[in-house]
Amino acid sequence: MAQLLLIVRLAGERVALPAADVEAVVEIDSVVPAPGTPPHIAGLAALRSRVLTVIDCPAALGVPPGEAPQRDAVVAVIDGHPYALLVEEVEDVVEADADPVPLPVRTAPLWRQVARGMVAAGGELLLLIDVPALVAGPASEAA
Amino acid sequence: MDDLLNEFIAETREMLEALSGGLVAWEAAPDDRARLDEIFRFVHTVKGNSGFFDLPRIKALSHAAEDALAAVRDGKRRTDPALVSAVLAIIDRISELAEELETGESAGSEDDTSLIEALAEQAPEPEARAAGASSPSARGASRTIRLPVELLDRMMSGVSDLVLARNELARQLRETGAGGDVSACFERVSSSIADLRDAVTRTRMQRIDNLFAPLPRMVRDLAAETRKHVQLVIDGGDVELDREMIEMLRDPLTHIIRNAIDHGIEPPADREDGGKKPAGILSVSARQAGNQILIEIRDDGRGIDAEALVAKAIALGVVRADRAARLRPEERAALIFEPGLSTAEKVTSLSGRGVGMDVVRSNIERVGGLIDVASTQGEGTILTLRVPLTLTIIPALTIGAAGQAFAIPRSAIEEIVRARSEAVRMEEVGGAAIATIRGRRTPVLHLRQLIGDDAPDGGASAPTADQSLIVLKLAGGRIYALAVDEVHDHEELVVKPASPAIMTAGLYAGTTLADNGRPLLLLDPSALAARAIIGFDEEEKESARDEEAAHAAAARGLEALLFRTLDGGRRMVALGAVERIEEAQARQIARTAGRLRVTLEDRILPLEGCDSVPEGAKVKLLRLTDGATEIAYALDEVLDIVSLSAAVRPAAKAGPVAGVALVGGTQVELLDVHWLFAHRHDIAPGDAAAAPACLLVGADPFLDTILRPVIENAGYRVLREGDPGAEDAATIIGLAEDEEAGAPDLPAEARVVRLRARPEPLGADDDSIHRYDRDAILKALAAPGRKMAGRK
Repeated sequence: MAQLLLIVRLAGERVALPAADVEAVVEIDSVVPAPGTPPHIAGLAALRSRVLTVIDCPAALGVPPGEAPQRDAVVAVIDGHPYALLVEEVEDVVEADADPVPLPVRTAPLWRQVARGMVAAGGELLLLIDVPALVAGPASEAA
Repeated sequence: MDDLLNEFIAETREMLEALSGGLVAWEAAPDDRARLDEIFRFVHTVKGNSGFFDLPRIKALSHAAEDALAAVRDGKRRTDPALVSAVLAIIDRISELAEELETGESAGSEDDTSLIEALAEQAPEPEARAAGASSPSARGASRTIRLPVELLDRMMSGVSDLVLARNELARQLRETGAGGDVSACFERVSSSIADLRDAVTRTRMQRIDNLFAPLPRMVRDLAAETRKHVQLVIDGGDVELDREMIEMLRDPLTHIIRNAIDHGIEPPADREDGGKKPAGILSVSARQAGNQILIEIRDDGRGIDAEALVAKAIALGVVRADRAARLRPEERAALIFEPGLSTAEKVTSLSGRGVGMDVVRSNIERVGGLIDVASTQGEGTILTLRVPLTLTIIPALTIGAAGQAFAIPRSAIEEIVRARSEAVRMEEVGGAAIATIRGRRTPVLHLRQLIGDDAPDGGASAPTADQSLIVLKLAGGRIYALAVDEVHDHEELVVKPASPAIMTAGLYAGTTLADNGRPLLLLDPSALAARAIIGFDEEEKESARDEEAAHAAAARGLEALLFRTLDGGRRMVALGAVERIEEAQARQIARTAGRLRVTLEDRILPLEGCDSVPEGAKVKLLRLTDGATEIAYALDEVLDIVSLSAAVRPAAKAGPVAGVALVGGTQVELLDVHWLFAHRHDIAPGDAAAAPACLLVGADPFLDTILRPVIENAGYRVLREGDPGAEDAATIIGLAEDEEAGAPDLPAEARVVRLRARPEPLGADDDSIHRYDRDAILKALAAPGRKMAGRK
């Protein structure tokens, strides 16, 4: 069975997240800052009775934030901790045309840490994003 | 019992599942020590458990396998394929037998001896591995189910959502002004949700009773098996603990108790030789201390032979001899937690080879706990387990800094003072802020700076208008003050672990949701201190301790226990007067001899704090002491220990309340302990020998049966003729009628009180007293001099 993909707009580009990694798509109302944490951690948000760690994806990619405040977020649970990844826009869930394949060329630097490969969906080639890498943020470069 | 057996079967099966990989690996690499230890622990645990359930076959099998493996561990035997096969066959048979126990159907294998014989060295291969596992079809129906904790967590968070949704709905209903029917309906939903929440919360939290319940039976069986007398005392069973934690503690506790009975408590004859009671006392108690649960297992047995332990540790290469010589006593005792160390001279079927304690320690540490041992040879051993409450509902203080709210665990907070109050002096030394609070110097951390809020006016220690200082106490007694902008409220918070990204800040202990539904970060007081690099070196720690001690001394008499009285008010009592806090059954309380009294440990104590026998099955009591006697004081709950900095305003008139003082902004009455003791009215004669003697002369039964208690209650030592010291008695009471009939010779020096049977005097010069005139008798006894003397 072909993989399901969640298409989101991130840093001005349409990219794919593996739908299996995504628990929900929500709108984040208010974020409580968490001082002292890395820059890509926007803070905390409450989702029902859970506390989500909110990831500022542009910051995680090292690009300047967009002009409009981001509200759409993708909820993913990694190692038992729930995260909300703020994205520019959540577009759709689509079925992949084929299995993802490794990237044949080097990507732009900002994607290098988080790209897992590329995948075709709806006749279009999309970058497949590694959600845990996105959550880990630029700090993972050191690792 | 059935529950316990099911527990055993389930546990054995779980261990087998966990072990199955290890078995195969061991077969492939018989020299792998870690695998060997794993399998050894399995058979050891099974052996121990099977001992309680009278399962001779499992016990014999596991004991045999353990013996063989122990020989390998001790290097007395080499692993060979025959041994591996034999051990595997035994493990298979154990699993078969466990299956049989559950289904109640025999799998047909009856003969275990061939399997056990197969363990012998150079034994021939057992003819066949036990015929595969029996058919799993016929499992017995069980009345309990085991659930993954994640499921319980999901239920819990589902219910929390439900509660939040209900609150939202309640708000909407209020705003739209729904009609009576809707309101009634909502009320029903609301109360169902409340019930549901209680039930679901209970699924996670369990009274520690659940852990203690099997102990009496276990101790009885162990004592019988070792021919010892053991008296088990259990305390604190109502402490609540995460059920997962309770499961994790079951094995370690079993091991510890087994060790205490097997190795700690001596046989009755030895105990009597040592001047102890024949029955050993094993006490198991639990209490909550901050966000930890302390479980103490104490026996009065022979204690740990530290010398032997150290010698063995050196022999086994656990410590070097030069270092061993420098070990402190508690470090020596703690050697029992090293693998392979056991002080028992002989191996028994109960505990045996010292696998117990290293396993115990690793199990406790795995759940984030600590284990300590203290032992005095000849007097006993105390093991203390400290474990956290995983799903922690902790009381916290919410505070604000730079416009954001944070929570601080209440357990770390010593006091809260206003930065601008008179008791506080803020100073800056080389850029570091120091606060002097009532003469005690503490470093100050500004939460604003810690969270990186670069306020433009932000001088390091410039206290902005209304800052408060939260004085925090860390483990080891270190103290510092955290300056915050606002102090909000006390809340009970369910704390969840924070994500790694949040933890990297090095400021937080977890995340939580406040009552208003907003996420809240829980500050970690020790991480804050570490981050601000406060140089608490050893010396400073010492001086901090000294200062603290000095401070405590200065404040002595002002430390008070704050509690809620049975009628809901708040009172406090000087901490020094409180011997301890305990719980009594309501039936231990009765109105007798004109006042309420409570029976505690075969003693009758006067009971204060209530006017009638309290309602409910149990009542909490403070035991107050003046050093010699005790009074019980009934209360609803203990609230806090407070340091009385404000002056105590005296009460308008003398009574059980000495005065009133301000605590946290409200007036709280302080008990007058002196008054309570002065008015207890039943002070038993303390030192009988020192009480003044009073000689009763005559044979009339009135003297012994009626008069004697009156005299004794008045504080006199009553003697009869012929008692030692009778001739020196200062006061003599006789009956006037006796004397007329020829009284015995009375010592001339003594004061004599004569009693007459009739109310009216016997004659004009009669100085006798009517024998039912109690006041006159007591007055005569107390009268100075000998005005009544010399009727000779």
